[in-house]
Amino acid sequence: MNAMTTDKKQAATPSSDGTKTSPMTMIQALRSGLDVMMGRDDDVVLFGEDVGYFGGVFRVTEGLQAKYGRNRCFDAPINEGGIVGAAIGMGAYGLRPVVEIQFADYFYPATDQIVSEAARLRFRTVGDFTAPLTIRMPCGGGIYGGQTHSQSPEAFFTHVCGLRTVMPSNPYDAKGLLIASIECNDPVIFLEPKRLYNGPFDGHHDKPVVPWSKHALGNVPEGYYSIPLEKAAVFRPGRELTVLTYGTMVWVSECAAREAGVDAEIIDLRSLWPLDLETIVDSVKKTGRCLVVHEATRTSGFGAELAALIQEHCFYHLEAPIERVTGWDTPYPHAQEWLYFPVPARVGAAMKRAMEA
Amino acid sequence: MTQPLRLHVPEPSGRPGRETDFSFLRRSAAGSVRRPPVDTSHFDTQDLAYALIRVLDDEGNACGPWNPTLDPVLMRKGLRAMMKTRIFDARMVIAQRQKKMSFYMQCLGEEAIAIAHSFALQPGDMCFPTYRQQGLLLVRDDVSMAEMMCQLMSNAKDPIKGRQMPVMYSYKRAGFFSISGNLATQFIQAVGWAMASAIKGDTKIASGWIGDGSTAESDFHNALTFAHVYRAPVILNVVNNQWAISTFQAIAGGETTTFAARGVGSGIASLRVDGNDFLAVYAASLWASERARSNLGPTLIEWVTYRAGAHSTSDDPSKYRPADDWQRFPLGDPIDRLKQHLIKIGEWSDAQHAQAQKELEAEVAAAQKEAERHGTLLDGHIPNAASMFEDVYEHMPEHLRRQRQQLGV
Ligand SMILES: Cc1ncc(C[n+]2csc(CCOP(=O)(O)OP(=O)(O)O)c2C)c(N)n1
Ligand SMILES: [Mg+2]
Repeated sequence: MNAMTTDKKQAATPSSDGTKTSPMTMIQALRSGLDVMMGRDDDVVLFGEDVGYFGGVFRVTEGLQAKYGRNRCFDAPINEGGIVGAAIGMGAYGLRPVVEIQFADYFYPATDQIVSEAARLRFRTVGDFTAPLTIRMPCGGGIYGGQTHSQSPEAFFTHVCGLRTVMPSNPYDAKGLLIASIECNDPVIFLEPKRLYNGPFDGHHDKPVVPWSKHALGNVPEGYYSIPLEKAAVFRPGRELTVLTYGTMVWVSECAAREAGVDAEIIDLRSLWPLDLETIVDSVKKTGRCLVVHEATRTSGFGAELAALIQEHCFYHLEAPIERVTGWDTPYPHAQEWLYFPVPARVGAAMKRAMEA
Repeated sequence: MTQPLRLHVPEPSGRPGRETDFSFLRRSAAGSVRRPPVDTSHFDTQDLAYALIRVLDDEGNACGPWNPTLDPVLMRKGLRAMMKTRIFDARMVIAQRQKKMSFYMQCLGEEAIAIAHSFALQPGDMCFPTYRQQGLLLVRDDVSMAEMMCQLMSNAKDPIKGRQMPVMYSYKRAGFFSISGNLATQFIQAVGWAMASAIKGDTKIASGWIGDGSTAESDFHNALTFAHVYRAPVILNVVNNQWAISTFQAIAGGETTTFAARGVGSGIASLRVDGNDFLAVYAASLWASERARSNLGPTLIEWVTYRAGAHSTSDDPSKYRPADDWQRFPLGDPIDRLKQHLIKIGEWSDAQHAQAQKELEAEVAAAQKEAERHGTLLDGHIPNAASMFEDVYEHMPEHLRRQRQQLGV
């Protein structure tokens, strides 16, 4: 409860349409989204490892058990397959479970329940049963988490038909997309770039963290709002080159464009799959150049799908080969984290290659 | 009559500001639990899976059928190793605060389990540990403390080249399997290793380790099934330290039953043992290892203990449990208890203890100094960048060579 009361104490300012907004970190914005939905809909229940009394290792669910009771927000045994399987059963009953996988790196034991069950339940029952779940998981590196607290497994999910995969890059989107995910009747994989929890991160790990309170996208409406799934955002308009990216890499790409002096149009995909192809195609047709950036390993990463789509839809508009900047095809190393992470210099170099081609 | 159904969500009796009622431990009196012969069937261990095997009583006497009558030389060795482990942990927690390493996990309060257990193992046996069995390494003379610290500090001499987080050691030569960050995976692997030893007609056994919380993972149950079906020569250790980060062991399924009882249900002889009682740990481990070595199959042992420290350096237990919980834990401190026993039988003294403490502190400090000569995470003397592309495959494929070149290393 205490964290929520502190949030409320922060200066609340009405936005143009009259709803109150206040500065929130991504953690607070996610918590606010859960709180709003639990308040609106008794069928929304939360569970996962350490999410109950303690409020989660990243504190996203802090105070929600105290507010809504142990029936609606509770600790789960350490069994990710069990967590997702139980959520499917609850969804079949008519609830709208939101479960937390403590780190995306730990979803693997739940693979069967996600891939064979949640994703296909609607199809195999012609909609008789559905799995309206939201599976939240912190992802991405930049916290010295080594190979089991750093992965970006989005491509595992985009490969599975029937799942929606979402990844916000800021508090405002995080809350709006989380609410849309909870309201969505399809199973949604909701990936939270943990390096962005407390502030935007431009890839310069040696610089002090800029808090979200210093950024417009950290100004979040307190009440209900949603951001449609399947809609990308033009994060930065530009003319010379289109950058397709999401999560932490949105901020890194913006910094890289600035440092490389390239007028890049940065598209924050937000919903990875299903995808807002129209926004992407319009931009690439306009700029004629395209760079794909993700933190996940390169081979068979989501960037490969994006490059294929651009090739299918924009081939005759391309003036340069599509560039990709990604994590290396190695497990996420611990000590060499900043040599693995696609830092602005690597992204900027690819931008220049695309411009010079 | 129909009535509304209710969901039961277990909750610990103690929380910050509210004392824990430890009666759920159902502590048996020291010496009161029977010791059956090693060829006992799982069926005849049912009572042992619900009781609590203890040797040392509150006055420091060794009592009952499980008293292993251990040579005082070995007891002193065990005591020193426990003290060394505690000193090592305390120093590494400080080093983490100084940012010399990214993370650390201590085993405060649980030292007896790994160390006494190691006395029942033989060269060639393989442990599949979790991150809280550093005692298995620190008890040995052939693993250098300085080298362990190089792993912790991810420096140029880190034997696993900075690839894993601190504490995730790997020491094949010391019978210590690589630790995975993914919980419970190693438990079934221990069974597979033991099956291999049996397939080859070897004499080595395996010892698998898991925490109370992690027993909820499917791999725990996989391990029990395979161990039982193939009568694998393996010891299945469940370290019940009452907590899984902020989650009380009842959420893992420990409420109104025991973790040892899981073993009996799977057809495995099972014991529930006071994990803070060095002599009980040794005796039960020896019983299990004799069974494994005599083709009598697996044994599951639940070690009842208490995680006295934070889960890790990223955790703050004052948020979810009473601050004085460990002081009030009815099974005490494993170091104090063995020390009390040794003094009682005239094999140790307060002066010797103080002297050993001083020597060990100096030894650990010297090891740290030696390790820091090779750098720390803070000063950036990390293993070289090119090494990150090695060992993904046996031979580096072309795409990784290209990526390494792109990085310019
Ligand atoms: C598959 C998986 N899920 C979740 C985690 C996160 N996690 C790390 S330690 C831990 C608690 C483990 O508790 P327990 O098994 O009781 O061991 P203890 O830490 O008490 O020694 C959790 C949930 C993980 N590492 N792996
Ligand atoms: Mg535990």
